[in-house]
Amino acid sequence: MYDVAIIGAGISGSLIAHELSKYDLKIAVFEKEADMAQGASGANSAIVHSGHDPIDGTLKAKFNVLGNRMFKGLCEELQVAYKEIGAFVCATNKQEEETLMTLYERAKSRDIKCELLEPSKALELEPNLSDDVTKVLSLPTTGIITPWEVVISAMEEANINGTDVFLETEVKTLEYKDGIYTINEQYQTKVLIDAAGVYADDIYRLLAPCDYDITPRKGEYFILDHLKHNVVNRVIYPVPGKKGKGVLVVPTIHNNILLGPNSDPIDYKDDISTSNGLDYVKANVTKTVKNIPFNKIIHTYAGLRPSGNYHDFVIKEDDDYKNFIHVACIESPGLASSPAIAKYVCDELVLPKFESHLKENYIRRTPLTIMNNLSLEEKNQKIKENPEFGEIVCRCEKISKAEVKEAINRPLGATSIKGVKRRVRPGMGACQGGFCEPLIFKILKEELNLKDEEVKYDGQGSEVMKAKAKELL
Amino acid sequence: MREIDLVIIGGGAAGMSGALGALNNGTQSILIIEKESDVGGILNQCIHNGFGLHTFKEELSGPSYAEKYYNQLDLNKIEIKYESQVISISEDKILLISSKDGYEEIKAKAILLASGSKERTGAVISLKGDRPIGVYTAGTAQKYLNIDGILVGKKVFILGSGDIGLIMARRMTLEGAKVLGVAELMPYSNGLARNIKQCLEDFDIPLHLSHTVTRVIGYPRLKAIELAKVDENRQVIEDTKQIIECDCLLLSVGLIPDDSLIEDLNVKMAKNVIVDNNYMSSISGIFLAGNALHIHDLVDFVSSEGYEAGVACAHYIKDNKVAEIKHHSIVGDGIGYIIPQVFDDSDVTFSFRVNRIFKKCKIHIVGDGIDKTINKLSLVPSEMERIKLTKEELSNIKGDLKIEVLS
Repeated sequence: MYDVAIIGAGISGSLIAHELSKYDLKIAVFEKEADMAQGASGANSAIVHSGHDPIDGTLKAKFNVLGNRMFKGLCEELQVAYKEIGAFVCATNKQEEETLMTLYERAKSRDIKCELLEPSKALELEPNLSDDVTKVLSLPTTGIITPWEVVISAMEEANINGTDVFLETEVKTLEYKDGIYTINEQYQTKVLIDAAGVYADDIYRLLAPCDYDITPRKGEYFILDHLKHNVVNRVIYPVPGKKGKGVLVVPTIHNNILLGPNSDPIDYKDDISTSNGLDYVKANVTKTVKNIPFNKIIHTYAGLRPSGNYHDFVIKEDDDYKNFIHVACIESPGLASSPAIAKYVCDELVLPKFESHLKENYIRRTPLTIMNNLSLEEKNQKIKENPEFGEIVCRCEKISKAEVKEAINRPLGATSIKGVKRRVRPGMGACQGGFCEPLIFKILKEELNLKDEEVKYDGQGSEVMKAKAKELL
Repeated sequence: MREIDLVIIGGGAAGMSGALGALNNGTQSILIIEKESDVGGILNQCIHNGFGLHTFKEELSGPSYAEKYYNQLDLNKIEIKYESQVISISEDKILLISSKDGYEEIKAKAILLASGSKERTGAVISLKGDRPIGVYTAGTAQKYLNIDGILVGKKVFILGSGDIGLIMARRMTLEGAKVLGVAELMPYSNGLARNIKQCLEDFDIPLHLSHTVTRVIGYPRLKAIELAKVDENRQVIEDTKQIIECDCLLLSVGLIPDDSLIEDLNVKMAKNVIVDNNYMSSISGIFLAGNALHIHDLVDFVSSEGYEAGVACAHYIKDNKVAEIKHHSIVGDGIGYIIPQVFDDSDVTFSFRVNRIFKKCKIHIVGDGIDKTINKLSLVPSEMERIKLTKEELSNIKGDLKIEVLS
């Protein structure tokens, strides 16, 4: 019997698990995919927004402002990257300037650091701002993260501290009887948390008619390769419109640039295909930024926002089902809000139900070795200890064999090529895995004692090998 | 810090012959940096025949071709640092190299960048649709098959008629896969004529010219592709879309020179890195050859270019000899690019490609003091042209020289 079961290993589920794992509670997480952060948490703009955008009185506003202030500390705790690079919101006409003023007033009222800049001043800091920009709102507390790194690391630390994580375990049935929830006729729990992203309403419906609806909105993105001279140094937003924050230019932790997203409602919750949305992104991004080297595009992807029909987060205990907690409709600014949401769910909704105490022997995760971040002396020390730290398997991102092995051989380590790619980056570079994928294939096979036919790119059904040579003749 | 006269980055066709070119012209201190545990580069996964017709007058497999060069390196005891990766190069030619022995800095008098090319990916061509397993660049599928014995698909479709794709159509057929067809966006093939014949026609694999893949379908595994015809402006003709079931899509949509190691230096770039007739970039002592400079269709030409660059490196090291740049190559009508882009009055071999198909035409080399035409039955973008002009021919010209096609 679990005290708390969480459905979904995205940013919400993992940070709630991480927060709760500090207490002497028995916790389980159920995730239908083979790895964590596979939904909206793995494909988004990777920004910790300052909290200037959501309208007053919403949960989005409340948690975004708090979450932004917590994020740096969280990343220090998890020993993962966080960069406070700031953001510009750029107006290009009188009407947009009015909206900009509203945002400015809103930011000030929330004690968010902000400043209005004339284009001349803004251009000094961002020389590639479009000539059409007429006024800029600077938001220096805007941050960037690698979203899946935060999710995976939080879940890893929760796991080290006793949280059971069931991957590739889709929740298909839910039962409620005598104050106990039963998942898939097998796992019992006192408290149930629905953090299933775009599927949160479907999970709810396993128990009862759902009082909110999720219509995913798709966003498509481009990624640019590392550039000799960065196009921009901070997040560049247009003035927000009806469809959200608009098309952004976002530097990433690893010195790439994201361009996107568009915003289109879609019918299927597993539709992460890319289509003409990319044309829209290309056409709109130049409104705020010039000199974008589109010939440096190395990857495209699409993510789904779990947008609810009330246009706000749904974070509450169910009115009818006791101890059933909804963490749903966590669309943007969900990522930025997530530490505050986790803290709220833990402190206000879950802990009061138990007589629990902080663990005395809480264990910190061991961060991954990142050779690129070390000095020459430190690198050579590492290679002395283990020569495979000098054996580069990914020539684009300069990743060593030992770093790949570290990503595999650890709690909730990588079990697939994509898992390795997201943890330590081979395949994230210009060749997109063309050179390194067969090498990663071999390392996975050896480290996990797999047969050729068992090595997967991602989850079930994504085996790389279709047949051995000559097998079909 | 170790000091070496010539450091060659990459032990493939260009790098190996570059070492021999330098050695035969007096350079003793040579080091080849190779990331694999063998030299040969991509040749090692090219187990098909067809290499060496120009150089050795015989048809060799990729590994056999590489071995001929390796034997000469071995005989001359040229130092090769295996399983090593150049992390960075500075403008004063200090290389940072990673290997199992640690990070080592080496100061070079000259550097020959012979790091080959990378394949264009689905993202580069904005391939649309789901993102399933089963979409591979042809070279990656080739490595899986020829090195590891793994077929990445049973029912294969190929986008792009580049040579690697054509070679893979045959290879995958011979290894048991069914290759359903090859789509080419252009109205002509981008592969060598002999590969069209030997890899497609001999196996009854259809080539769909003026076609492209508009969507990939399936998740987690590729289930089908959407194929469509394009008009003369390369725009998709909507009512020609058809679904073809397959579990693998190979992309053979071109190669890009891998010059990423010098990208961050202040090296002058046009469509390619700008080099003079000694294959030296705008940074003194940094030379390029082979696919790292521009994409070749025959390895024999890679080897000869590598050799010439190696010779130039030797002269640079010995006498500090550099080209005294007097002329620029001007890309005229019908021409895609020209190497070298700048040159002096010595013998110069110009390599270039046309940007469309020409029948019964003339290559026109024109400038103040030169006006030369060469008759051609046909010119195609998939075949690189090489023209050598002697110093006698070049000594009369003033200013720049234009190469164009007269049809």
